[in-house]
Amino acid sequence: MAASTRAQVISLYRTMLRESSSFPSYNYRTYAVRRVRDAFRANSKVEDPKAVARLIEEGQRTAALIQRQV
Amino acid sequence: MLSSARTVSSRLLRPATWFPLRLGSEGRAASSLQQEIIKKQELEIDELRPLYMDFQATTPMDPRVLDAMLPYQVNYYGNPHSRTHAYGWESESAMEVARKQVADLIGADPREIIFTSGATESNNMAIKGVARFYQAKKRHVITTQTEHKCVLDSCRVLESEGFSISYLPVMQNGLLDLELLEATIRPDTCLVSVMTVNNEIGVQQPIKEIGQICRSRGVFLHTDAAQAVGKIPMDVTDWKIDLLSISGHKIYGPKGVGALYVRRRPRVRMEPLQNGGGQERGLRSGTVPTPLAVGLGAACSIAQQEMEYDHHRVSMLANRLVQKIQAATPDVTMNGDPVHRYPGCVNLSFAYVEGESLLMALKDIALSSGSACTSASLEPSYVLRAIGADEELAHSSIRFGIGRFTTEEEVDYTAEKCIQQVSRLREMSPLWEMVQEGIDLKSIKWTQH
Repeated sequence: MAASTRAQVISLYRTMLRESSSFPSYNYRTYAVRRVRDAFRANSKVEDPKAVARLIEEGQRTAALIQRQV
Repeated sequence: MLSSARTVSSRLLRPATWFPLRLGSEGRAASSLQQEIIKKQELEIDELRPLYMDFQATTPMDPRVLDAMLPYQVNYYGNPHSRTHAYGWESESAMEVARKQVADLIGADPREIIFTSGATESNNMAIKGVARFYQAKKRHVITTQTEHKCVLDSCRVLESEGFSISYLPVMQNGLLDLELLEATIRPDTCLVSVMTVNNEIGVQQPIKEIGQICRSRGVFLHTDAAQAVGKIPMDVTDWKIDLLSISGHKIYGPKGVGALYVRRRPRVRMEPLQNGGGQERGLRSGTVPTPLAVGLGAACSIAQQEMEYDHHRVSMLANRLVQKIQAATPDVTMNGDPVHRYPGCVNLSFAYVEGESLLMALKDIALSSGSACTSASLEPSYVLRAIGADEELAHSSIRFGIGRFTTEEEVDYTAEKCIQQVSRLREMSPLWEMVQEGIDLKSIKWTQH
């Protein structure tokens, strides 16, 4: 993974965790944090640049969704 | 005159910091102090509420579902059946996307999906509709004793119309005996209705085998899959299902919406319950509620995407709960087949403890002794009696529902609390004392009053 992409993924991960942990409801908060963590862990071995780009886009969409719902 | 107008306008132009709205961008405008107060209040309310362990009764809506629905609650409000303007078109296209999402989850064609108000309506429509359409030639319907109340009651109505209904018993493990089913099918049988996953004990009926039998005998198969869809993989073509009921609020979708799958090839014909404008191919007239349909579609697509992850997690939590309780408490039995089941529905019987008093003792956990529809009565569940559970055991059972949003901490708390309360209640019970002394309770002749 290129260094710039790596930084982008880490920043996205941080944003998503931060936003997820601000859900007021206990169950939604714990689920969101757990789901984000598990999704990033499950895809940590993905190397193909196209797949990575697709996943980043999906993550950005989900991050926007969390921001809307928090 | 002028000055008063100015005051009015300046007040209107003031930023809305005082307005405690938390939704969307307005929420971000609220001052941080106000936000903190609101958050604190919400947390306090949350703390006072019991933790939720009744995912079979209903599920909280997934935030992703709400996110998909919101635009259709406010901006896109057109009637999806309006063909003359853009408001109608955008609602219609959203409804068709939702229909495809529902169809994809069960391997169907979008044209075979009919939106309804929930699984109860779907079941009523399927059973009454099909039986009434074919009543000239076929007047026999088969179902099981452990079905949901809405299926049993629809059958009762048909019975009063002169149909003959076979209510098949189930085996001790809650499953239907396939040989019995085959022997019960008559030349004038038009429909077999068997639920996929039971709502009280969580057993999963062999629908694929039942579908095979029904297809070979030329009988339609209806299945109430409210508790199964989105939780276990289902395919209507592979399983040879002709009609299938779906509920929105059991799969983290909105309440008040469901769907019915009706096969097109070979075609299943039915008489509509509701007549009117001819929406949904004339089978269910009435405007489709676009936001709810969109919510159901989103819930189905999320369920499909998360099925493996959720199933893995729910199984893990259910095992954790059962093992913890059984390791610490003797005489706890799990109702229903141990293998052919959906793991998220755990029904345990605590011998020598009254289920209702245990529910009272566990008042900080939202649990139920069975189906929510019958939870007002103290009668033991008819499902447990159908699987041959003793009256005492049926009275002492509790259903634990585990779902997408359940946490490890909640499961641990529930298990601990359960163990503690069961032993407390048993200590008070004379029956438990007698059992400890080695007296067989069955041998006792209780005096009549």
